[in-house]
Amino acid sequence: MAKILVFTELHGSHVKGVTLEILGRLAGHTVDVAAIGAIPSEAIADLAKYGAANVHSLKGSNLDKYSPEGYANALKGFIAGGSYDYVFAGATSVGKDLLPRVATMFDAGMASEVTNFIMEGDKFAGTRPLFAGKCFAKVELTGPKPHFVTVRPNALGLNASPTAGAAAAKDDAVDAGAIRAMIKDIVKGASEKLDLTEANIIISGGRAMKDAANFKVLEDMANVIGATVGASRAAVDSGFAPHAMQVGQTGKTVAPSLYIACGISGAIQHLAGMRTSKVIVAINTDPDAPIFTKADYGIVGDLFTIVPIMTQEFKNLLGK
Amino acid sequence: MNIYVCVKQVPDTETKIIPTADGSFIETSSIKWIMNPYDEFAVEQALLVQAANAGSTVTVVRVGSSKDTEALRTAMAMGADDAFLVEAPDNLDSYMIAKALKGAIEKSGKTPDLLLTGKQAIDDDCLQVPQILATMMNIPSVSVVVGYEGSATDITVKREVEGGTLEVYGVKLPAMIACNKGINTPRYASLPGIMKAKKKPLTTLSLTDVGVSDDDKRVKYSNFQLPPEKPAGKKFDATDAAKQAAVVKEVVGLLRTEAKVI
Repeated sequence: MAKILVFTELHGSHVKGVTLEILGRLAGHTVDVAAIGAIPSEAIADLAKYGAANVHSLKGSNLDKYSPEGYANALKGFIAGGSYDYVFAGATSVGKDLLPRVATMFDAGMASEVTNFIMEGDKFAGTRPLFAGKCFAKVELTGPKPHFVTVRPNALGLNASPTAGAAAAKDDAVDAGAIRAMIKDIVKGASEKLDLTEANIIISGGRAMKDAANFKVLEDMANVIGATVGASRAAVDSGFAPHAMQVGQTGKTVAPSLYIACGISGAIQHLAGMRTSKVIVAINTDPDAPIFTKADYGIVGDLFTIVPIMTQEFKNLLGK
Repeated sequence: MNIYVCVKQVPDTETKIIPTADGSFIETSSIKWIMNPYDEFAVEQALLVQAANAGSTVTVVRVGSSKDTEALRTAMAMGADDAFLVEAPDNLDSYMIAKALKGAIEKSGKTPDLLLTGKQAIDDDCLQVPQILATMMNIPSVSVVVGYEGSATDITVKREVEGGTLEVYGVKLPAMIACNKGINTPRYASLPGIMKAKKKPLTTLSLTDVGVSDDDKRVKYSNFQLPPEKPAGKKFDATDAAKQAAVVKEVVGLLRTEAKVI
């Protein structure tokens, strides 16, 4: 039985969903959870349901905002007192930035953004995409412990029958140490929706959108089904959408339950970024567009007529 | 200022990736190599900072195979002054690459005031090397940076996080800045630049020279394979306006009853 720490981040009064996905895979091991700051009671209840043994709220000065050094120093100090075999985190903006720093403080290795893993006894074996998902490989870790792993959100899914844990809440004092790169301002993004990398449903537009203003037809459908809107590289390069919305090898790699590609031909670098989506719908006027080879449901037609009809159908279906 | 840029050479984004027969890596014989696209932003940023701080030098460092030196030559053609190549296989893990970069920077004989690189390499997509190298060198780092301004000692950078939100950091140099698309527009190498680059110094080092051995291996890869092909999906013709409503209704119905995603 391995001793494992899952580092989590808070999202309102709950932890990010990827934490519960990770916990669901670690039944049978001793799993503690830690976050920077106070973990609310609702979050502790969720963590108990998915098997956390101890839940640590790490508290100290200069930790109210993220900083790579402050968070790394604090987490390193906590881990050093815990003799953990593994430290897991979600492959979020913070997880991806923070975990390599902490791993290096232990001279330890890290597996980035795995989409699946098993524990063979006490030994981690993961699967991760490389070349933006054009191929996959098995990944294992060696060298000094603890070993570090980040997990792509939405990839594992939730365990339908989790084993509950005690989730004993504890406060731990930690030291942020010297911080030479510190946040002095935060400029909120335009979108209040879930980020593409965490979204359960994505609707993306390609070159055929013709104009930034036309993304409104996708936004309208997104509002009905709770989706986040993305874009292909062609649409971004044409100035129809910002790079933050780009899906593909030089944008974001995504794994939603449902991906709706509108007016996207399906360049190899776009397909690489979205092919692990569970269900893909493609709408395109060109019946030979490569996107149709990856689509579960393909509709040959003009997105500007099809999407509004689809929005109405979703409204009918969902009683909105 | 002593400005360093870490670059990686990766397969062109249009490359079809084919795993080797034994699954130990990918076939590399017929690949067209390019500079990692995110590293182009780092080279450009280094040249902009150099232009704003008289007397600065830009040194490019790369760890990888010597079969092709495209990435380093491109960086020098864009305007970098000199380059270091640590000869190594193209599939070292992030920890080994970072340690080799650190060793090469030390061998160069100068102390960095600023390190720049791309936010990730588009081959292994690990997003680890900038943070590992910064930690090994005991300097701060900011990743996924889309905005940069400041002096030779203090800078302000913007880091992009979920939902397009920007975190604005005040940073004391020396520091590692990992660049994302949007920070600048990389210049093209001019023909005179390309000619000049051929005469710029390129120093080759071995892994032994920079103190890296097999003991530094932290990540083991195996079983490289293509993603499973999906079975052919269902395709509907909705080019005829009269059929559109029925087709869309059917697909939306299937998303609920068959795919169960709505």
